[in-house]
Amino acid sequence: MRHFEEELDELRKRLLEMSGLVEAAIYRSVQALVEKDEALAHQVFKNEARVNQMEIEIDEMAVRLLALEQPVASDLRFITSAIKINNDLERMGDNAVSIAERALSLMHEPPVQAAVDIPYMSSLVESMVRKALDSFVKKDGDLARSVLLGDDAVDDRRTEIYEELVRYMQKDPSSIPQCVSLISVARFLERIADHATNIAEDVLFLVDGVDVRHHAEAKT
Amino acid sequence: METVAKIAVKKTEDEKAERVMTAQAVAQAALKIQVSNLNFYYGSYQALHDVSLRILSNKITALIGPSGCGKSTFLRALNRMSETLRGTRATGEILLGQEDVFAMDVVTLRRRVGMVFQKPNPFPKSIFDNVAYGPRINGLAHGTSLADLVEASLRRAALWDEVKDHLRKSAYALSGGQQQRLCIARALAVNPEVLLLDEPCSALDPIATAKIEELLYALTDTCTIVIVTHNMQQAARVSEHTGFFLMGKLIEFNETSLLFKKPACKETEDYITGRFG
Repeated sequence: MRHFEEELDELRKRLLEMSGLVEAAIYRSVQALVEKDEALAHQVFKNEARVNQMEIEIDEMAVRLLALEQPVASDLRFITSAIKINNDLERMGDNAVSIAERALSLMHEPPVQAAVDIPYMSSLVESMVRKALDSFVKKDGDLARSVLLGDDAVDDRRTEIYEELVRYMQKDPSSIPQCVSLISVARFLERIADHATNIAEDVLFLVDGVDVRHHAEAKT
Repeated sequence: METVAKIAVKKTEDEKAERVMTAQAVAQAALKIQVSNLNFYYGSYQALHDVSLRILSNKITALIGPSGCGKSTFLRALNRMSETLRGTRATGEILLGQEDVFAMDVVTLRRRVGMVFQKPNPFPKSIFDNVAYGPRINGLAHGTSLADLVEASLRRAALWDEVKDHLRKSAYALSGGQQQRLCIARALAVNPEVLLLDEPCSALDPIATAKIEELLYALTDTCTIVIVTHNMQQAARVSEHTGFFLMGKLIEFNETSLLFKKPACKETEDYITGRFG
């Protein structure tokens, strides 16, 4: 294997390592909320510093390869996608931290009896994240497209949760602090799904060389 | 997001449509040179196999490929420079505008389709006489008008300001980059419609290379340019269309931005990413 290919492989491995950390952070943050597990929330906080450090290292590696190797074709698409995926992963990590913070704030509050299913929404989001990252690993355009199709379902769940919690707060104003936190959690999960969508779009650019963001393909 | 997803699912159809549109755009643009089914032989060795290619007017077309792939042979076939070698033979068709290149008077052809080589090759004459040589032997200008033509050619080659006070000095006194621009000025002096360049920057440093590249952009106002280069970054920088040759065959011809972003052929991808062989 040429030196440049070894470096590309190293970049790929670092991104996978980072995505593993972020996937774990998302899972733990929701579990911390659902199971009222303080230790899990603290693991998410501890994890964040490592994710942030990796973001910087991956960016440095990618910029160095662009400067020194002047890549073209699939190599160019891989490195530019890696830079964007790196950014999305870091933002997903930030959202996991925000969920963990809400989990801590709700830890000792009485449970809200509203019919909201955060674990179900989370399972949809985690599935999108997993598929997006798998599609990157396998360079699988079809799998990436399936992630794009999943985003609407997550948006619908967020709207349902929001509407249900607004109704609940109107009935029981004493629950407002908990309900606002849960609405925030749903919003953070929806943002994670948006980042997964971004990653899937980057994978489509990587695999097919087409830009599907903001309907770009329809405009060209 | 639903619409985006649907668009993405329709990717393949749209991509096909885009390629068809690109082909249509090429068909509608003004063609300067049209090569059809060109085969070229050095004795019994076939160097080009059934090459068909359209070169658009007032654009820069780059030809890339590994050594011995036929790109220089192809370039030299365009103004029949390859006929200067004994035992060569070409079949197929090359049209310059609507005219059959193989039926044209070769001197007229080479005046209309000029050439600049890899190594700067000024004549052992003064700077002025190098540029004046073509117009003189073609009877294009004399006296003051010749001096004006030399100045105009040196200006077009972005060399005038550097040599205007030394026109009687030997061309050999110039640097490599200046000599190459002098050769371009010499080619421009007979007002060619097409300029063929065979690795014109391979012996030049990055500054001289940048000057030549800027010059090529400017020359497309009046000229069609075809450049053979081993430097893929140069092909990517200067050209609007790029052809990739391999073992005497034209493997891919595409818009340069597409070819370097998402080549259509695996052989192109392997070559430009350095995974060739």
